[in-house]
Amino acid sequence: MTTRLLPWLFVLVMAVGPLWLGDQYILYVLTSTGIFIIGAMSLNLLLGYTGQLSLGHIAFFGIGAYTSALLSLGFDLDLGGAEPFVLGPQPVWVAFLGGILVAALFGFLIGKLAFRVRGAYFVIVTISFAQVMRMVALNWVDLTEGPMALNNIPPLSVWLPWDGVIPLYRKEYNYLLVLAVAVVCFLVIQRLVQSRVGRALVALRENESLARSVGIDVTRYLVVATVIAAGMAGAAGGLYTHYIRIVDPDVFMFIYTVTMVIMVVTGGKGTLAGPIVGGLAFGVLPEVLREVARPEVQWIIYGVAMIVVVFFLPQGIVPAVKNWFAGRRKRVAATALGLRKETSA
Amino acid sequence: MSLALDTTDAPILEVREVAVHFSGLIAIASMSFAVPEGEIVSLIGPNGAGKTTAFNVITGFLKPTGGKVLFRGTDLTRLSSNRIAGLGVVRTFQRTSIFAGCTVFDNVLTGMHRQGRAETWGVLLRLASVRAETERMREAVAEILAFVGLSHRADELAGNLAYGEQRLLGIAIALAADPKLLLLDEPAAGLNPSETEAFMGVVQRIRDRGVTILLVEHDMRMVMTISDRVVVLNHGRIIAEGPPEVIRANPDVIQAYLGQGVKHAKG
Ligand SMILES: Nc1ncnc2c1ncn2[C@@H]1O[C@H](COP(=O)(O)OP(=O)(O)OP(=O)(O)O)[C@@H](O)[C@H]1O
Ligand SMILES: [Mg+2]
Repeated sequence: MTTRLLPWLFVLVMAVGPLWLGDQYILYVLTSTGIFIIGAMSLNLLLGYTGQLSLGHIAFFGIGAYTSALLSLGFDLDLGGAEPFVLGPQPVWVAFLGGILVAALFGFLIGKLAFRVRGAYFVIVTISFAQVMRMVALNWVDLTEGPMALNNIPPLSVWLPWDGVIPLYRKEYNYLLVLAVAVVCFLVIQRLVQSRVGRALVALRENESLARSVGIDVTRYLVVATVIAAGMAGAAGGLYTHYIRIVDPDVFMFIYTVTMVIMVVTGGKGTLAGPIVGGLAFGVLPEVLREVARPEVQWIIYGVAMIVVVFFLPQGIVPAVKNWFAGRRKRVAATALGLRKETSA
Repeated sequence: MSLALDTTDAPILEVREVAVHFSGLIAIASMSFAVPEGEIVSLIGPNGAGKTTAFNVITGFLKPTGGKVLFRGTDLTRLSSNRIAGLGVVRTFQRTSIFAGCTVFDNVLTGMHRQGRAETWGVLLRLASVRAETERMREAVAEILAFVGLSHRADELAGNLAYGEQRLLGIAIALAADPKLLLLDEPAAGLNPSETEAFMGVVQRIRDRGVTILLVEHDMRMVMTISDRVVVLNHGRIIAEGPPEVIRANPDVIQAYLGQGVKHAKG
């Protein structure tokens, strides 16, 4: 019962705590960390559950960000025909959903590809995919404004009974929105991995031949996982773009994928809570360090912290804590048994 | 026990002139045999004879250079391995093959995959049918674990099991896939005599449940005791075929095994 309530208690604390503190800077840090945690959760579905290392995961994030930005701003596309294709500004939520869909579509293509190229080749292909996306964003200036970035992206809006539809300029609302999307993504992943579909994904990670020998269509489930993961990363990108309200090609930078991988691996890949724990630790850490250390020292501490976690807790923080609790319970049970023996003797 | 040699019933599996070449190496020259429904048929032969290769062809893990494999009239050589399993042709592996990072219970539950229908949308919406299905499956898993005698290990990580238990788990996973035809690749390899004894009982009880079995095994006592028919493979060719007592007396078979040394011909 307590384990069922614990996650909701955590959500409640996360919802109330920062607002109660009321510090705008803390809200900003937690919002951007939250956005990355959503990305990390989606990466975990691939890396942790299906065992496929996609080092181009930020591509889905960037595709979601750009698509959502472009749809909400409107754009015209000169495809060489007589008339350019013109699309007026769309409602932000339509744009946001569009970003998710387009990211998911790319997820579908990468998922199909993942089946054909495995291991190291897949890693290279996914890295290249993100790089190509960055090049497209840089060079397709007519559409993306290239390095000048897309500016003045409208914020997401929300309907409130007491205010009607309001655009979300305020940090508090953005923070709560990110938290809400994170909760939805968590529930989707939780339901998925604890089901027949999730077991098929884990089977692919654990032993692909055995999975196929019992009739699991590994290709299909790998594609399902990539589509869902890409869609979620696209949602994170959409949240990002409407929160920061500017998006440039640097959104596709490799370092962001690395950040998400660090969050997943330190927290514990293949666990539900891992990306959240690792994400909070390694999303908030740089900001804390910024307060206390010089820039070059910040990154040294960051790197050392990461290595320490990976070295001493190779499975990640969450499995380590779980094992510790399980071990303690066993020890307690053993002592209880020993006591009973002594008294009976 | 009827040997059904001249029965009019079509066999459940028919291997027709299957050949497998690995870039020059001929693993199987030309192999034809049939497995009658409801029997235990053993495929034996010295190391490197091509037994595992034959399993790989039948279960779609390897495309043959030539020939056909008919399961109830369907040619399996065109199908992917998971489709073949979907028809009820399920194999185990010579090297212990389990989902090591999952619990014993989840291993078998994963094996039940093809008996479920739940897909992404149903799972996300938590449809009642999905919950009912999960419930049904969990009961079936408990039953299978009891059947192979692993109930007490249900919550243990599969990777932590003893070797013999892992071999049993491999069979439990295959059983979970509800096979019509079960292919066992050296299931008793590495087991001690008493484990082997228990194992023979398990295989026979699987057959008694109506599952046809194709067995590859080096333990001759096991083969000769539980098989209805024996097919002998040597250097990629079938050199003999028939009931155990006939095979035991066949000079070619004795020659094949003696030529290789007697270490596998015990019993
Ligand atoms: N993928 C492969 N590539 C090349 N050669 C192979 C391959 N798989 C098997 N072989 C060769 O094919 C021959 C038959 O091998 P196979 O594994 O089928 O034998 P086996 O009868 O199962 O032997 P064992 O009793 O040792 O398991 C061997 O010479 C083996 O080296
Ligand atoms: Mg073999």
